Amino acid sequence: MSTTGLAQLSDDLTLLTGLLYSLAILGYAADFAFGKRRAAAAVHPAKEAALVGAGAPVSGSDDPGSADEPAAAAPAEEPGRMSVSMRVALGLTGLGLLVHFFSILTRGLAAQRVPWGNMHEFILAIGFGAVAVFMVVVWRFKAYFAGLFVLIPVVLGIGLASTALYTPVGALMPALKTNYWISIHVTAAVTASGTFIVAGAINVMYLLAARYAKLKADGGEIGFSGIARKMPEASVLDRLSYRIAIFGFPIWTFAIVAGAMWADQAWGRYWGWDPKEVWSFITWVVYAGYLHARSTAGWRGQKAAWIQLLAFGCLMFNLFGVNIWFSGLHSYAGL
Amino acid sequence: MSTDVTERSDLDALPQAPGGPPGLGALGWARWFWRQLTSMRTALVLLFLLALASVPGSILPQRGPDPGKVDQYFTQHPQLAPVLDKLSMFDVFGAPWFAAVYLLLFISLAGCVLPRSWHHLKIVRARPPKAPRNLSRLPESDQWTTDLPPDEVLERVRTTLRGKRFRVDTADDSVAAEKGYLRETGNLLFHIALLGLLLAVGAGGALGYKGNVLVTEGDGFANTVAAYDRFNPGRGFSDGGLQPFSFHVDDMHVSYINSGAQRGQPSEYEAGLTYQAAPEDPKLHHRLSVNHPLNVDGVKVYMIGQGYSPTFKVVDGKGNVALNGPTPFLNSDAKSMTSEGVVKVPDAEPDQLAFLGVFLPTTVKTSSGLVSAYPGPLNPTVTLLSFKGDLGLDNGTPQSVYQLNTGKLQKIKGAPHTLKPKQWYTLPGHAGKVQFTGYKHWASVAVTYDPGRVPALCAAVAAIIGLLLGLLIRRRRFWVRATRGADGRTLVETGGLTRTDAGGTFAAEFEELTTRLRARTGTAPDSSHPTSQGKE
Repeated sequence: MSTTGLAQLSDDLTLLTGLLYSLAILGYAADFAFGKRRAAAAVHPAKEAALVGAGAPVSGSDDPGSADEPAAAAPAEEPGRMSVSMRVALGLTGLGLLVHFFSILTRGLAAQRVPWGNMHEFILAIGFGAVAVFMVVVWRFKAYFAGLFVLIPVVLGIGLASTALYTPVGALMPALKTNYWISIHVTAAVTASGTFIVAGAINVMYLLAARYAKLKADGGEIGFSGIARKMPEASVLDRLSYRIAIFGFPIWTFAIVAGAMWADQAWGRYWGWDPKEVWSFITWVVYAGYLHARSTAGWRGQKAAWIQLLAFGCLMFNLFGVNIWFSGLHSYAGL
Repeated sequence: MSTDVTERSDLDALPQAPGGPPGLGALGWARWFWRQLTSMRTALVLLFLLALASVPGSILPQRGPDPGKVDQYFTQHPQLAPVLDKLSMFDVFGAPWFAAVYLLLFISLAGCVLPRSWHHLKIVRARPPKAPRNLSRLPESDQWTTDLPPDEVLERVRTTLRGKRFRVDTADDSVAAEKGYLRETGNLLFHIALLGLLLAVGAGGALGYKGNVLVTEGDGFANTVAAYDRFNPGRGFSDGGLQPFSFHVDDMHVSYINSGAQRGQPSEYEAGLTYQAAPEDPKLHHRLSVNHPLNVDGVKVYMIGQGYSPTFKVVDGKGNVALNGPTPFLNSDAKSMTSEGVVKVPDAEPDQLAFLGVFLPTTVKTSSGLVSAYPGPLNPTVTLLSFKGDLGLDNGTPQSVYQLNTGKLQKIKGAPHTLKPKQWYTLPGHAGKVQFTGYKHWASVAVTYDPGRVPALCAAVAAIIGLLLGLLIRRRRFWVRATRGADGRTLVETGGLTRTDAGGTFAAEFEELTTRLRARTGTAPDSSHPTSQGKE
C-alpha cells in the first residue's frame, strides 16, 4: 500500500477507534445507570485477596493445586455477575484497543518511523497506553467499574487529536531522527502517562465515593456524587488508584532519566531546565508528594487524593500547556 | 522523605521527649528545629515548595538556555524586568531562594535517611522476632488441627517458608519468619541516590565548562577560552584545565524536507570534522551531526545549529583585495533561513568599508519586496547596505562581529543593492567594489565538559532500582505455632503482621500462605477448607 493510502487508513482507523470507545462509554454508562451496585463483588475481602494474590510477586505457580484454587474460582464466578451492558462495553473496549493498535501501526508504517513525533501522535499513543493499562487492571483487579472514567478522557483526547491537533504524516526533524532514544524516552513517557490516566480516573472515583459516603452519613443532599452509589467502597478505590500510581511513578522516573540521556546526546547537556524538563520535574515532584502524603499521618485519604489530582493536572499541563504556550527545545512536539 | 512514614515517625519518637520547645535551652531548641526539619510534614511542604518554585522558570525566559529572550523581555517590560531580575527570576534554577528550598529538602532528607540507614544496617542481619504469645491477636491469624506431630508440622512449615524465601527461625514450639528487607533497602537506596544525584550535578557544574562557537566550513577551532563566542566555566574551573584538542570543519551537508506540511524543516545536517586530541596526536575524522557528538577526552562537541556564511571579495578604493572569504550570517527565521550579518573590511583603504547584509537562500519577489521562500540555496541573493569610514576597531574596545557600530561610519549613498552570485557592485565615489562570490555553511557547535555526567547517571539508575524495590516489596512477618492439644491432635496457629501495606495486599498473601500450609501439614481440618490430601 502506498504511503498516503496507509496514512489515510490510519486516520480512518483512529476515527473507528473513537467510535468504538464512544459506544463502550454508553455501555459503561448504562451499567452505572441500571446495573447493580458492584461494591460487594470488588470489595469482599476474600475475593479481593484471591484476585490480588494471584498477581503478587510470590504467586504459587509451583503448587498448582491448593494455592491457585481460590484465584481460579473468582474469575469463573465474576462474569456471571456482569450486566449485559458491561460485557458489551468491555468487548467494544477490547475491539477498540485492537483497532487503536492498528491505527498507530499504520501511522508508523506510513511515516516510516516510530509513530510518536508530534502532539497528534502523542495523544493517540497515550490514549492507547491508558486503555491498555485499563485492560490490565480489569484482568488483574477486576476493575471493570473504571471503564467510564478512563474512556471519557481517552475519547476526548482522540477527538482533540483528530481535529484541532491534527497533523498529517510527516518526517521528523534531525534531533528526533534515526535514534533509538525516541523509542525509549517517548515510549516510557507515553506508558507512564497512560498509567497515570487510569490511576487518575480511579482517583476521581475515589473522591466521589468518599464525598458520597460523607454526605450519606451526614444525611445531606447527595447530588452529583450519587453516581458513587454504583461504585465500590471508597477505600477500595483509594488503594487501587495508589497501586496503579506506584506502577506509573518508576516508569515516569525512567522516562525523565532516559530523556536526560537523550538530551545529553543531542543537546550537549543532560538537564537544561527547558520548559518541558521543568514541568516533567514538577510532575515528578508532585507525584512523589502524593506517594509520601499517602503514608503521612494527617495527609492520608482525600488530601492525598487531591495531591494526586494536582500531579495529574501538572502531567496534562506538561502535555498540552507546555507544547502550546511555551517555546523550548521540545517545541517540535508539533503545533 | 521516605515512602514509609510509620518508621520515620517511630524513629523520630525515639530519642526526644514529647512536647514543645519552651524552656529547653539552646540544645533543646536545636533538637526541636532538627526534629521539625526532618519530619515528614516539613519534607512534604518542601517538596511542594520546590515544585512551586520551579514554575516561574518555565514561564519567564531564563538566562541559561536563552539569554536573547531575556534581553527582549527587558525591552518589552522596562519597569517590571529589573524588579524580577532582583528576585533572580531570570535565573530561577541558580537563585538563592531556589537553592534554599532544595538544600533544606536535602538536609531534611539526609536527616531522615542517614539515621534510618544506620538502623537498617543493624536490622539487616537481625533474626525474625519470636512469635508473640497470642497469635490470634495479630491483624491476620488463623488456626487448624492436624494429626501430624508438632515437630513434623514445624519442619514442613520451615521448608515451605524457606521455599518462599522467608528468613526463618525456630524456637521451642514455634517458627518465626520474616521477609521483604529489600523494601527498606530500596527505599533508602532511592533517597541516598537522590542525594548522590544532587552532589554529582553540583560537582559536575562547578568543575566543568561549556562554550559555544560558530565555525564556517573550511575553518577550524582550537580549545582555548579566546576561541569561543561564549564561554561559561563552572565556579571551580580554571582555564588551565581546558583540554588541548582542536578540530577543522572540512565540509558540511544540509538537506531540507521539500514537500508536505513540514516543507522547509531541515531533515539532516552534518559536518565532516578532522580533529586532534592534542597538537601532536594523530588526526582523526568524525561526522558530526545532531545525535552524533564528538567525544574527545571526556569533552563533548555537539552540533546544535547551522546557517549560511556568504562569501565576498572586496576590492578597496586603491584597487587592492581587502577581503576574500566567508562571513557568518545569523538566520532570523529558521523556516526561510533569511540571514543577516555584517561584513567588516578593516583592511580597506583609504576608508574602511562595512556592509549590512541580508542573505536570502531562495529569493522570490513579492509585493512587499524580496523574501526567501525556502531554506535551501535554490536562488541565493544578498542585499547590501554599504558604509565607509572608521570601524572603530583600533581603540581596542571589543565589538560583536554581528553588529555594526555606525558612530564613525558614513552611509554610502544609494538604495540597498541586491547581488546574485558572482555579481559585482561598484560603490559610488571610488570607494571600491564588492563581489558576492558564493556561500558556505556554518555549524554552531557546543562544547561541554561535565565530569558529573557519569556519576549522575549512576545515581539516577540507582534511584530507579531503589524505587522499584521500595514500591513493589513489602516487609512482613509470619509466625506459626504447633502445640499438642488435649485430644492428642496438633493445633496449628498462624499469625501475620506487616507495617508497610499501603497497597493493601497482605491479607491476600497471608491467606494464600495459610492455605498452602494447611495443604502441606497434611490432614483435612474442617470441611470449609477442603485441601487435597496426600499431595506431599
